[in-house]
Amino acid sequence: MNRTAAVRRRRAARAGQYLALLGYLVFLAFPLLWLLSTAFKPPRELASPDPGWIPLDPTLDNFRQAFDEQPLLRAAANSLTASVAAAVITVVIATPMAYVMARNHRSPLSRAATGWVVVSQAFPFVLVIIPLFLVLKNLYLINSLSGLIMVYVVWSLPFALWMLAGYARAVPRELEEAAAVDGAGRLRVLVSVTMPLLAPGLVATALFAFITAWNEFFFALVLLKTPQKQTMPVILTHFIGAEGVADLGPLAAASLLATLPSLVLFAVIQRRITSGTLAGAVKS
Amino acid sequence: MRRRTLLTAALLTGCAPARRRARGGEAVLRFQSLAWQKESVEANKRLVAEWNATHPTIRVEYVQGSWDGVHDQLLTSFEGGEAPDIIHDAADDLADFAYGGYLADLRGLLRVRLTADIPAHSWATTTFGDGGVYGVPFLQEPRVIIANRALLERARVRIPTVRDPWSWAEFEDVARALTRGGTYGVGWPLKDPVAATLGLALSTGGRVFHRGDDGKVTVRFDAADQRVPRAIARTAAKSTLGMGGSDTLPGFFGGKYAMVPLGFSYRQQIVQQAPEGFDWTVLPAPAGPGGDQRQGVGPQTLSIAEDSPYRREAARFLDFFLRPRNMARLALGDWMLPTGTGALRDPALRSPEHGWATGTALAAQLRPAPALSVRGYREWKDKVATPALQEYYSGAIGMERLRKRLIKDGGLVLARYQR
Repeated sequence: MNRTAAVRRRRAARAGQYLALLGYLVFLAFPLLWLLSTAFKPPRELASPDPGWIPLDPTLDNFRQAFDEQPLLRAAANSLTASVAAAVITVVIATPMAYVMARNHRSPLSRAATGWVVVSQAFPFVLVIIPLFLVLKNLYLINSLSGLIMVYVVWSLPFALWMLAGYARAVPRELEEAAAVDGAGRLRVLVSVTMPLLAPGLVATALFAFITAWNEFFFALVLLKTPQKQTMPVILTHFIGAEGVADLGPLAAASLLATLPSLVLFAVIQRRITSGTLAGAVKS
Repeated sequence: MRRRTLLTAALLTGCAPARRRARGGEAVLRFQSLAWQKESVEANKRLVAEWNATHPTIRVEYVQGSWDGVHDQLLTSFEGGEAPDIIHDAADDLADFAYGGYLADLRGLLRVRLTADIPAHSWATTTFGDGGVYGVPFLQEPRVIIANRALLERARVRIPTVRDPWSWAEFEDVARALTRGGTYGVGWPLKDPVAATLGLALSTGGRVFHRGDDGKVTVRFDAADQRVPRAIARTAAKSTLGMGGSDTLPGFFGGKYAMVPLGFSYRQQIVQQAPEGFDWTVLPAPAGPGGDQRQGVGPQTLSIAEDSPYRREAARFLDFFLRPRNMARLALGDWMLPTGTGALRDPALRSPEHGWATGTALAAQLRPAPALSVRGYREWKDKVATPALQEYYSGAIGMERLRKRLIKDGGLVLARYQR
């Protein structure tokens, strides 16, 4: 009798957990679904007093208008260039630094570096933008994607470093030692043992740097002067006027397109992030 | 080694701008425009193309800016010495830039034709400090009441005109008469209540900001200042307290609100989005004692950067860009009113269609919002006035508490800017 009651309680708890999870998923998906719905609605439906999820008279006019009014493809190409470059460079720089920090995490220098990394995240954009602008101007990097990429790398690096150091700490030192005992040199150990085990961390870090750069607006607004270089977030604001008045249909259509690369990227590599590549690496 | 250095520099710089360099004596001016609506962007681009076609030695490069973050973007560009030569902005954003020395004083640069075309009260919106003029006010919009004609006729209320507007008391009566069933008389969009409240308060003699002989500004909130906020509080539907202008439109189209007080340019959205057969009309805002229809506005402006090496050329471009016919084209593109008296005579702006004639008839009543020349106004608005007015309109605080907050807390903010 008691056992049956316990099973029932467990099932009820599990059902509650799934329900909560479902509610959370709906909450997370709501803005995206609303964006999807809005992108296909004609102007009259957008101002309908009884808005529905499914457009009654779906249209592609918002997409046509968005492409007609703004250089979305060029902006997407600029965003892609800046984001991919920022992600690759961030990972390349962060990986050896994170490894050193992880392997020497008890040393005062490593602790100080970690502290500095955390503190550096506290500076708001507005505080750093003018000095940064002057530095980039002296380097002739204003109005160039190279300058923007450099800023994105510097901006993402502290958190990427902190994140990757966590992954690196999780790589068992015993595996490296075992490889060394088997005759592998330092470089071989790093390339053949450590790096493959760090792969999920590298992917997650790259994804973080990519999405940070892809969504970033303020630096791009300030640093890029000519329309040919502007990135997607800057172009999206061209659908918004004074006092927040917006051309909602084309804005939703363009925003939906701007969201797609992040979604696709997540869909493709999320397994790499979540899969436990360390499973079975060490005998327990 | 030298080649490698050059190659690295070339890669790093990408395509750095060369606008400061004149090629064969050609001046290249960068014009950052904040036009965003399709017709408006087209009008701007067409005018720039017309200028470039007839002025081969002064080329203007059109750059579309963004209203979002424009203050910070301009401030950074000014500090970095990379500001556009010609800057589109709003009068309420100019004070800090003008006092900061970032904008050129246009006295002596502009032609008499342009200065004479725009009324003195409009020039006052861009005049700061010792009388320097730091921008050309060129587009403005009155706050009007957009009404559902069927609901007004059903309630048998008098339809006001510019010649015979409602008084504030009559407006409150009408709002009450229209409130029945599921319909509210007025849907005030009060997400950002400061500009609307202060702008309309001018009709009852409310100024809020008072400049003393020593040039210092003090905040007062006397009976004349309180008349309009009281009327808004008594007529506002609670459901619109957190709404922006666009947010009220679905309720307006659905008959939930009989009237919505909005900026004149919102007509474009209404034309685009109103259900077929929806009958709407543009009415003047209520008048104060003696039929006073004055409203405080902050026009859109065009300025020239102090750092620009081409200030005279930029002024010539402004003179072309703001010729009466061109100013009217820009106004039509933005669904706003031109400040220029010549442009206001354009027949397209006097058509009764979409309420153009009503707006044009109100143009003479538009005055500089008293807050425009006040340093620290933005902070006063964001940190003190917006939350205080929102609380007042929601009924959380009374008039006396609102008065104290605006004067005492607001005074502390302004004092920092006037030391």
